[in-house]
Amino acid sequence: MSRKSLWIIVLLLGLQSLLPLVGGAYALRIGTFASMYAILAVSWNVIGGMAGYPSFATAAFFGFGAYAGGILLAAGASLVSAIAAAGLMAFGAAVLFGAILLRLKGHYFAIASLAVAEVLRELTNAATDLTGGGMGLNIPLSSVVTSVEGEARFFFYVMWALLLVTLVVVIGIERSKLGFGLRCICQNESAADMIGVNSTLYKSLAFGFSGIFVAMAGVIYAGWSHYIEPPDVYDILYSVKPIVMALLGGLGSTLGAVLGAFLFLGIEEFVWRNLLDLHTGVLGLLIVVLLLFLPKGLVSFGSSWLGKRLIRQNGGSRD
Amino acid sequence: MLALQVLTNGLVLGCLYACIAAGFSLVWGVLNVINIMHGGFIVLGSYLAWVAYSRLGIDPWVTLLFAAPLFFGMGYLIQRGILNRVIAAPVLVTLTLTFGMDLILNNGMLMAFSADYRKLILSPPLGSVSLAGIVVPVDRLLAMVLALGLTLALYFILRHSRVGRAIIAVRMDRDASLLMGVDIRTIYAVAFGLGAAMAGCAGVLLALIFPISPLSAGAYLGKAFVVCVLGGLGSVPGAVLGGLFLGITESIGAVVFGPEHSVTLSFALLIVFLILRPQGILGKKGYE
Repeated sequence: MSRKSLWIIVLLLGLQSLLPLVGGAYALRIGTFASMYAILAVSWNVIGGMAGYPSFATAAFFGFGAYAGGILLAAGASLVSAIAAAGLMAFGAAVLFGAILLRLKGHYFAIASLAVAEVLRELTNAATDLTGGGMGLNIPLSSVVTSVEGEARFFFYVMWALLLVTLVVVIGIERSKLGFGLRCICQNESAADMIGVNSTLYKSLAFGFSGIFVAMAGVIYAGWSHYIEPPDVYDILYSVKPIVMALLGGLGSTLGAVLGAFLFLGIEEFVWRNLLDLHTGVLGLLIVVLLLFLPKGLVSFGSSWLGKRLIRQNGGSRD
Repeated sequence: MLALQVLTNGLVLGCLYACIAAGFSLVWGVLNVINIMHGGFIVLGSYLAWVAYSRLGIDPWVTLLFAAPLFFGMGYLIQRGILNRVIAAPVLVTLTLTFGMDLILNNGMLMAFSADYRKLILSPPLGSVSLAGIVVPVDRLLAMVLALGLTLALYFILRHSRVGRAIIAVRMDRDASLLMGVDIRTIYAVAFGLGAAMAGCAGVLLALIFPISPLSAGAYLGKAFVVCVLGGLGSVPGAVLGGLFLGITESIGAVVFGPEHSVTLSFALLIVFLILRPQGILGKKGYE
């Protein structure tokens, strides 16, 4: 991550934090989703972009976090403690399962990670006593804020703060030995092993870091929407969208993931508003066009000013 | 008696699973592409059978005859026009691409047929046969026999036809077959077309048994995954063995744990197999 990319991120987040000054409840809702999507994409990038493992486990982390946090919130825990507890549980589980799942490669890993979400969804569905099963789980209104406007602003800032934490940690990883090791694994795992990278440990940690903030975002989502049900929070689209966002912004770059998430949300919102019946089809079309014609993401627009900047910064060191 | 009935149910289900998975396994094994659209193709086949029967009065057995070439053509064109462009790209790209195309297909089916469950009901109904206390509906029995027949047909195409041998050659060693003069891109398209044809025909058969909805696509895809991993990738006998194994495990599991845990059971089985025996029961590199 170069200094310029860092400044662009700081600028973007700074601008985003000013949103409550100018926008109403709708703008805040979009702003909260923007932070959430960016958290998902940046987190996925740790395992998918840096380590090169095609993970479809984002929905599993998100649903797990939403349910773990939702149950804690419903039991009267405070938002912060619920976020911390769900995040730590997800991290621990991801590191443990990662040590096993990450022995698989390519398609096999992709399917296994996809299956984790399916299994969790079915378990959540079946454990009616704890989770409410198919009836869903109601989460009481938080006592901190009372008005609708105030609540929208509250959750906007909570999600925004989590995005900030995520970015600080992920950029830290990128610059650390861990990030270097992950990029080695991405290029050639056996060679990385040979030069002394503990690949099992590194991959497991990467899987853990790709899960912790997603689970935390799930808790905030649960508290924000007050009602969750298994098909909603374990939706496979939560696994696919971060991949599309990361591809949109250019695989492997944290700035790209943030830009991709914001852009994706813009497109999604536009399609939702104008073509309600067609929105999944248009999302599919977007994916097809993106992969066929812009395989390197927005960076493929080499002629534009921003594109050139990004290529100079990121293009050389990737792939 | 219950045990025998459960076993029979498992066998019927298993043959259908084998038919669902055979084409998926072929595409995965030969092209190294996981076709997320496979479930969507199956549902589309079911709709074809439903429309043909309820609007045009064509029996599903007859529908099979034109479903196969129709789906083959569609698969061939998709591979030629779209997938061949990215066939050498990393796993993530092909997987996400077929996912995107599946979203389009699913959206299209939702627009065309709505999310309501449809059911193909034969009139007059075929009834059921009972033998030694085991009851099997005739339509299920027929679907099972036809599913086995289709799977066998695929096996014979791969084993005894010229194009089948070329497909196997590409699967065993892509570069060597290229040097031997095999047109790889055409073979890829034929393999994908065969996979789609199997999916479409399986869909026609499944329409006899299960309600039809675009929402079932994911469940069928999940079964195909599990069967492939259980049986071993890219081989027809593997798909049959994996299908039977899954069918029988599921029907026993439904009795022991209750039917609500059937998905959990099959995916738990999937993860265990992926970790302990990723090559599947019959897994080996060269095959058929």
